[in-house]
Amino acid sequence: MSKPPPNLANYDATRADFSWDRAREELAGMAGGCMNIAHEALDRHLQTANADRTAIRFLPRGREPAIDISYRELAARAGRFANVLASLGVGRGERVYVLAHRIPDLYAAALGTLRHGCVFTPLFSAFGPEPIRSRVEIGEPSVLITTERLYRRKVADWIADTPSIRHVLLIGEVDEAPDGTADAGALMDQADAEYDTQPMDPGELALLHFTSGTTGLPKGALHVHEAVVAHHITGKYALDLQPGDIYWCTADPGWVTGTSYGIIAPLTNGVTLIVDEEEFDAERWYRILQEQRVTVWYTAPTAIRMLMKYGPELARQHDLSALRFLASVGEPLNPEAVHWGRETIGLPFHDNWWQTETGGIMIANFASMPIRPGSMGRPVPGIEAAVARGTDDGIELIEDPEETGELVLKTGWPSMFRGYLNEEERYRKCFAGDWYLTGDLARRDADGYFWFIGRTDDVIKSSGHLIGPFEVESILMEHPAVAEAGVIGVPDEVAGETIKAFVALRPGHEPGEELRRELMALARKRLGASVAPRRIEFHDNLPRTRSGKIMRRLLRARELGLPEGDLSTLEGGKQ
Amino acid sequence: MNRQQLRQAILEELAGIAPDIDTANVSDNARLRDEYDLDSMDALNLLTALHQRLGISIPERDYARMYTIGDLLEYLGEQSEH
Repeated sequence: MSKPPPNLANYDATRADFSWDRAREELAGMAGGCMNIAHEALDRHLQTANADRTAIRFLPRGREPAIDISYRELAARAGRFANVLASLGVGRGERVYVLAHRIPDLYAAALGTLRHGCVFTPLFSAFGPEPIRSRVEIGEPSVLITTERLYRRKVADWIADTPSIRHVLLIGEVDEAPDGTADAGALMDQADAEYDTQPMDPGELALLHFTSGTTGLPKGALHVHEAVVAHHITGKYALDLQPGDIYWCTADPGWVTGTSYGIIAPLTNGVTLIVDEEEFDAERWYRILQEQRVTVWYTAPTAIRMLMKYGPELARQHDLSALRFLASVGEPLNPEAVHWGRETIGLPFHDNWWQTETGGIMIANFASMPIRPGSMGRPVPGIEAAVARGTDDGIELIEDPEETGELVLKTGWPSMFRGYLNEEERYRKCFAGDWYLTGDLARRDADGYFWFIGRTDDVIKSSGHLIGPFEVESILMEHPAVAEAGVIGVPDEVAGETIKAFVALRPGHEPGEELRRELMALARKRLGASVAPRRIEFHDNLPRTRSGKIMRRLLRARELGLPEGDLSTLEGGKQ
Repeated sequence: MNRQQLRQAILEELAGIAPDIDTANVSDNARLRDEYDLDSMDALNLLTALHQRLGISIPERDYARMYTIGDLLEYLGEQSEH
């Protein structure tokens, strides 16, 4: 079967012709200039041939048969959820957190939350209790949606101390709803499926996504309903979503990718979304690609590198001929992985770049353009990107190609974050004039492709998840033996980076295997395996600045044998 | 190596990777990912450690079948007989 031409056939022409107003016209909108993400994702399909198309094909654990949910059915289930929120007296603008693994009612809850005009926040279900609790304390949701198992294991112990939460609703299988919770599925079954989606001002809040910085607690990036314009158009151009596509986004909906491209963009584009309940499993993944005839696959470097470890034979035993377009996000995709795709699957991976704050894909290798392996690609139509250096009173754009500077984006795209929750100053610092400062270092080549160089700060990217060292250090510091802790990312061939902690002990405590395990256990219990350090090293003391801050940069340089750089702020001079 | 020794070896390696697990009370039939919060990096590290310790190579394509301690026992038990 011949493959259709890409949506974005001519980059330069589409870019020259592009305007966000025109992109907006591809969506339905609501009366009076209002919008609602869920209206675009669900309601507008109901009057079209898409209504009975499969919106979600859910693949349960093991080898249970797939469950197909049509656009009509998903809209009805989301409508029931919206009616449940209404019946509980949850009002427009209130925050609804969803902490669950990939099950169908997670999607109904997310979309029902949006239909009701509430703000949706996903939480990663592999988080330990601490990251969940801190995000609840910062964001003060009114409602927490979770599963019985996750509630008992990660929430029940502390929820009494978080007064904002008025309702805990359990999705998935409920054996016996614990005190203070209710079975959401049962409530939804009784609720009316008809619900008039709330018309929202395009600038009204829709999504709250947490992300990590170098210092302090997680930041809550706020996004508005008109972000859907960017979700939609980038799904169309950068992921090349086309009618009839079977699309698989492997990102967990607990993170921004799993929302923007794991819920919203595929539904606004009217495609069929594959949702696999299981975690990574190479054989299963190839089987899904084959059996489901996946056409567009959006995954992450860590997963690709895991598949590479299994060798090409496993891939070649499967019929992957339905695939048309492969994309990757999360951290820069190494050139070997791009080539591996081409040799093993017959298609290269198209890397793209964006952040929680940008809400959607900003820079991409497009289907119609030659890939530059290792590059993040070129800015999507509607996005102006540049490389800049700091000056005394702001920034100065670097015009010469191949110079390294901070990647900056001209403000004004619809999915740009509109604030960090309760942190005006932190938000303001992200901008210089009309430019958003991404915190990523990059260079641009003479043909306009951007190349990732590194971060301007100390955040860690492990398996595609952004991890703030402070959150990890704070937990280690709670142990009575720990005087100070510094946490860095060290390169790992599969995960990109893994988390390593350096710990100095209080007098009277001796380093040793037993203590190391105690600290690991503490961190894993509180933070979850994906956020806890994989390695802990004891030091007599850690390098600090004169103002007392741990110099993670220096820890990292010493760990990796890199130049130590400017040590003028090091306490006690060079050690 | 009998089953009991094999089980002990698995638990010791598991304790090194995920010391938060109470290995004295671990169930052979519980899914390590769900009940004990092991992630895929942990699973990879566990299998690598077992390979080093027991000298039994576990082809990567079999990794995904190791859902429980019981699965590991069965697989490693079979392999060590060869």
